[in-house]
Amino acid sequence: MVAEMTAEGLALARRLVELAEQQGATEAEALVLGGTDQLTRFANSQIHQNVAETNTTVNLRFVEGRQIGVASTNRLDDESLRRLAESAASIARLQPPLEDFAGLPEPTPVAPAAGAYSEATAAATPEERAEAARAVIAGADEAGVLAYGSFRTATERVAVANSRGIAVEEERTYGQLITVSMDPSGSAGYAEGVAVDFREIDAAGLGREAANKARTSRAAQDTPAGDYPVVLEEYAVVDLLDMLGYMGFSGLAVQEGRSFFEPGRRIGSELVSIWDDGADPAGTPAAFDYEGVAKQRVTLVERGTCVDVVHDAQTGAKAGRGSTGHGLPAPNVWGPFPLNQLMAAGETPREELIGGLDKGLLVTRFHYTNPVHPKLAIVTGMTRDGTYWVEGGEIRHPVKNLRFTQSYIDALSGVQAVGSTRRLLRGFLGSVVVPALRISAFTFTGTTQH
Amino acid sequence: MRELAQRAVDTAVQRGAGYADVRVVRRNEESITVKSGRVEGVAFGESEGFGVRVLVDGAWGFASSNRLTAPEADRVAADAVRIARASATALREPVELDDRPPAHGRYATPVEEDPFAIPIDRKVADLLDADRRMNGVKGLAYTETRYNALREWKEFAASDGSQTDQEFTHVSAAIEATAVRDDEMQRRSYPDWGGGYSAAGYEHLRRLDLSGRAEELASEAVELLDAPQCPPGRTTIVLHPSQLYLQVHESCGHPIELDRVFGTEASYAGTSFLTTDKLDDGFQYGSELVNIVADATAPLGLGTFGWDDEGVAAQVVPIVEQGRFVGYLSSRETAPRIGRRSGGAMRADGWNRIPLIRMTNVNLLPQPGMTFDDIVADTDDGLLLAYNRSWSIDDRRLNFQFATEVAREIKGGKVGRLLKNPTYTGITYEFWRSCDAIADASDWVMLGTGNCGKGEPGQVAHVGHGVSGARFRDVQVGVGKW
Repeated sequence: MVAEMTAEGLALARRLVELAEQQGATEAEALVLGGTDQLTRFANSQIHQNVAETNTTVNLRFVEGRQIGVASTNRLDDESLRRLAESAASIARLQPPLEDFAGLPEPTPVAPAAGAYSEATAAATPEERAEAARAVIAGADEAGVLAYGSFRTATERVAVANSRGIAVEEERTYGQLITVSMDPSGSAGYAEGVAVDFREIDAAGLGREAANKARTSRAAQDTPAGDYPVVLEEYAVVDLLDMLGYMGFSGLAVQEGRSFFEPGRRIGSELVSIWDDGADPAGTPAAFDYEGVAKQRVTLVERGTCVDVVHDAQTGAKAGRGSTGHGLPAPNVWGPFPLNQLMAAGETPREELIGGLDKGLLVTRFHYTNPVHPKLAIVTGMTRDGTYWVEGGEIRHPVKNLRFTQSYIDALSGVQAVGSTRRLLRGFLGSVVVPALRISAFTFTGTTQH
Repeated sequence: MRELAQRAVDTAVQRGAGYADVRVVRRNEESITVKSGRVEGVAFGESEGFGVRVLVDGAWGFASSNRLTAPEADRVAADAVRIARASATALREPVELDDRPPAHGRYATPVEEDPFAIPIDRKVADLLDADRRMNGVKGLAYTETRYNALREWKEFAASDGSQTDQEFTHVSAAIEATAVRDDEMQRRSYPDWGGGYSAAGYEHLRRLDLSGRAEELASEAVELLDAPQCPPGRTTIVLHPSQLYLQVHESCGHPIELDRVFGTEASYAGTSFLTTDKLDDGFQYGSELVNIVADATAPLGLGTFGWDDEGVAAQVVPIVEQGRFVGYLSSRETAPRIGRRSGGAMRADGWNRIPLIRMTNVNLLPQPGMTFDDIVADTDDGLLLAYNRSWSIDDRRLNFQFATEVAREIKGGKVGRLLKNPTYTGITYEFWRSCDAIADASDWVMLGTGNCGKGEPGQVAHVGHGVSGARFRDVQVGVGKW
């Protein structure tokens, strides 16, 4: 018999826990991840890739005393599941005990995450994604540029059961449209939309936004490297939260001494507040983590001051406080991760963010960023898809892209104004809800030729 | 599985596909991570499924599934055709593929010691030994020792009658020591922070001799805490193979992907400065010493195979000859657009991803004349940079910036004091034109990366880079405020 994730995810997880216990597990955890992922990609104003995937993977954490083994498979017949349990058991028994293993997490009350799932997204068709692509392309055609991008509709079905009584299941969806418009000279513009219900994404509007950026980016001028005040659009601010989450807002990063985070340390201006909340409908909600623990709202930064970090069962136990519901699938040597970060909106409309810039740069988006020194939160990367010189509060002309080498916590300290609206976007692991920011100084260390 | 692949091909053709190919892929992976003496993660994973790629009226469709049954083969093939018809509603130039003889045969990575046949406790013991030796050094915050083995079986069938079977084995292992004091944090890794991969069996781990390198590496991590900051300025740099391979990867390997040149990665990874007019003009990519090939036949290379995922046989493609740009990584769709045949560089990440143009083994060829040590001895004033710490490059692959774990001053041909937090930056072709020495074959090693990302949905590729070390003049170092 082959278990179908659509109806039997939790039953499958429970079955695996039973099989593990039959093999002698003192504790066991089964994570079932399934779903569909469909993506239509376009370039040069035509669709060039169009893909669909259906898959279900089961991941078994087998514990005997303090010995742990993990095995996973996407073969779901009974014989394969039995073999999986045997494999995890044999791996565990060959390990030295993990003396400080905190044990699997206990059940927590899990409230369903309202707004996590859209039937329309789960049922989205290639024809609907193609229609959206054509709407973007129409905007590019009107502006005399070419459209590039992708439209993704994804359904994730997650079920977790463990031998301590955790038994949770959830379906989550999202749609994501990203587009870059380019003209033959190479000037480019970017736009992105994310929603749990893909029908809420305004494909035509995003197409026009990117096309307008590409049009207004023509004839970009050279700007020397140096320190400039900046307005970062939401697309760029995503990277600040992504990188800070990766480098510092993890309990493991703090415990290993590699994080900039210290409770009470000021890392931002009074205008900066960041938290992680799986229940906030402004994001892409999720009720529990990959260990089956309810996601707590965790305040990371309050009015510029470090407050807390996220934990999984292991780091939470070491910290003496328990998991905050931010565990990743086992075996997880990366530690917990804030997958639902939000930044507080401010009171400054977009035009006043730019209007308050005497001389500086408006940055649409960052590209290929990478930590140079995680403890100091120094990151390097490039601008792309729309960078402009602003003077006297007005956009004067486009500029060629610049490289920055900048401490992101110093950037947060320099936040002078926060946009009054926010966008829901995708980071490299989860969703991020961010406003645009005006920052007093940003260090640009190099130039390029476009 | 052969029947299932053929059934999916037949169904796709019956439904209207002008061309169809199917890959049935099974992948086993094993990973072990030891952190500061604790065996934190031991895992075994398997994944299997099939992907159907079709061309219908010049438009692509792709669908995949993990259910290896005949009805599912029919459903997925029909789905791929439906998706292709949806693609055709936004099509301006129908796809045309180049011609190639049908592919037949079998390929397997040469393996001396099957990594999956070695008991896990023996592997754990090897890793614990290396980890223990690092932890014999005082002053470390934590250590990490990693091992990963991958085996993939791939059956390919196409509507032109092609049928190939391939079996790949890749092994990686690495050690890493991190020291932290106040706001300073220094890491040393070997052979590479990214993993130290090779297309080989467990013999790769034995050749690395992690335990033998552990103590020196850990001591250097602690020493770096008190090392002077790498000063800013323009100077000569000598890149050790442990950094040079990533320089080749980012500033040569990616910009020669012909799909990127034609814009199909524009919305994600970007495009390329190596536009096709530069191929026609013989663009001077580097100095006359610079010779680069994309070699899918190189021993130990992560990008070595029998056939790519379009059934094109492995080959050696010249990329840069005596500094002149002469070729791309290409596919059956893109190569005809520049009047060439596919160079066989289409690779997919597993059964559920569509093939994209990926690097094979993009190798910087050695130059006879000087060993790596000779180059250092021949350098009056400069920096020796080794072991990558971070990397970044712009969306046309021009402006790059790298950080390495260590820099050593070179004065009068002698290696001197240690410097921390070194960075260097440049413009790709200006940098390669400044190359005035490349080490000879005695120092040439096949390295590679197991985390090369590209495409949407994201795909991770294992790609190889053979390098021997090289010298570059007048390079900006010490970037940023420290």
